[in-house]
Amino acid sequence: MNAITAQKLIVQKGKTEILHGLDMAIQTGTITGLIGPSGSGKTTLMRTIVGVQRHQGNLSVLDQPAGKASLRPRIGYVTQSPAVYNDLTVRQNIHYFARVAGVSVREADEVILKVHLDGKQNQLVQSLSGGQRARVSLAVALLGNPDVLILDEPTVGLDPILRNELWAQFGELAAQGKTLLVSSHVMDEAERCDEIVLIREGKILWNDSRQMLLEKTKATTVGDAFVAMIGGAA
Amino acid sequence: MYHLRATTATAGRILQQLSHDKRTIALMFLAPTVLMSLLAWVFSNNDRMFNAIAPALLGVFQFVIMFLITSITTLRERTGGTLERLMTMRISKADIIIGYALAFGVFGIIQSVITSSVAIYWLGMDVAGPQWFVIMVAIADTLLGVALGLLASAFARTEFQAVQFMPAFIFPQLIVCGLFVPLSQLPDALNTAAYWLPLTYAVDALNGVVTNADITGDMWRDIWVVVCFILASLAFASLTLRRRS
Repeated sequence: MNAITAQKLIVQKGKTEILHGLDMAIQTGTITGLIGPSGSGKTTLMRTIVGVQRHQGNLSVLDQPAGKASLRPRIGYVTQSPAVYNDLTVRQNIHYFARVAGVSVREADEVILKVHLDGKQNQLVQSLSGGQRARVSLAVALLGNPDVLILDEPTVGLDPILRNELWAQFGELAAQGKTLLVSSHVMDEAERCDEIVLIREGKILWNDSRQMLLEKTKATTVGDAFVAMIGGAA
Repeated sequence: MYHLRATTATAGRILQQLSHDKRTIALMFLAPTVLMSLLAWVFSNNDRMFNAIAPALLGVFQFVIMFLITSITTLRERTGGTLERLMTMRISKADIIIGYALAFGVFGIIQSVITSSVAIYWLGMDVAGPQWFVIMVAIADTLLGVALGLLASAFARTEFQAVQFMPAFIFPQLIVCGLFVPLSQLPDALNTAAYWLPLTYAVDALNGVVTNADITGDMWRDIWVVVCFILASLAFASLTLRRRS
């Protein structure tokens, strides 16, 4: 079953076409790595999925057209730069978004534990490190236990230990049946994903399992596979 | 009702943000009072003159300060990515705008009461009409500043631009609103224009209370017009929020 399906998805910003008729399918309960260099259209694709970007063509999320109001509580979105209030404490941030999402205070406090920010609850976000700030943003996305998580470069600037922890958490969420789409411009992140979407200049080069990608390109890493795919496409 | 919850949560969140910013709070509450005191000092040998212009200026000071604070704070939300995040959640555009209006409205009302009280009881500002009417119009002026500030933030990309809106949109209103030259003495075109601008009514109401012992029909009309401008600006401001770009 697919959680996200795109058919001939076109996105224009002003006069520039960013995504050129994408076909894509993301399976339910998997971690899919959206991999591509910066400027390839990763963020645009993610914004379209969460419903804040106009598009042409078909894009359905959980069997509903993207952007539909009833989808909003079911999708968690982490933007590239942490979209949280710097002049509020960690707890104030989480509690505010929890109230908007209709999530109980108890559940909100649990989310803070999940991202290991206990002990930092009463600190202003602006006094946190970049990685901690990113986790506050991630915590907000986890509120309400959404079925689909769209994570735009969630591990940038994190130390390796924390990065491992987060990926372990992503794995747990996928095991619970959640669908995760995780973007990265760092190829080694892709090694942790079951499924890979390779994107370059608004076109999809690959949308299948990582294993298949490596077999097809006879590469040992996704990075090498990417290079091989570009070579094949050119 | 998730609308009510989202609106009150937003208002509460903005008050929390401001409560972490002591300097802004101090500026918001003290600046108009300091300006009124300065005005009283300038006219310390001319009580009549002070009483004639102080009420109108009281309204204008509050209006300008709230306009600035509101437009810049709202712009921060628009540019900081949090607005986009909210747009992916179950909250309506009106919830956000009303949340802002409520939060700044609370501050505006406190500010109005402080400034009016200081002007009336400490600086001896004396008006022919009832003093509660001065406070009420001051509150309306403050809310007008809030509403126009919310609207203005939609048309600014940066905080720098938002500040420029003061000379561009607020100063012209100051010049033609009847503060410097009575409306009846303005050239026809400016006189007509003045009646399309909200500050004209705000100042007219305060000038009315200076000379009239009783509240006239015109003064009530002024209040209603200001209230309509507030509501229209808020409605328009929520339309300028875009869920999708």
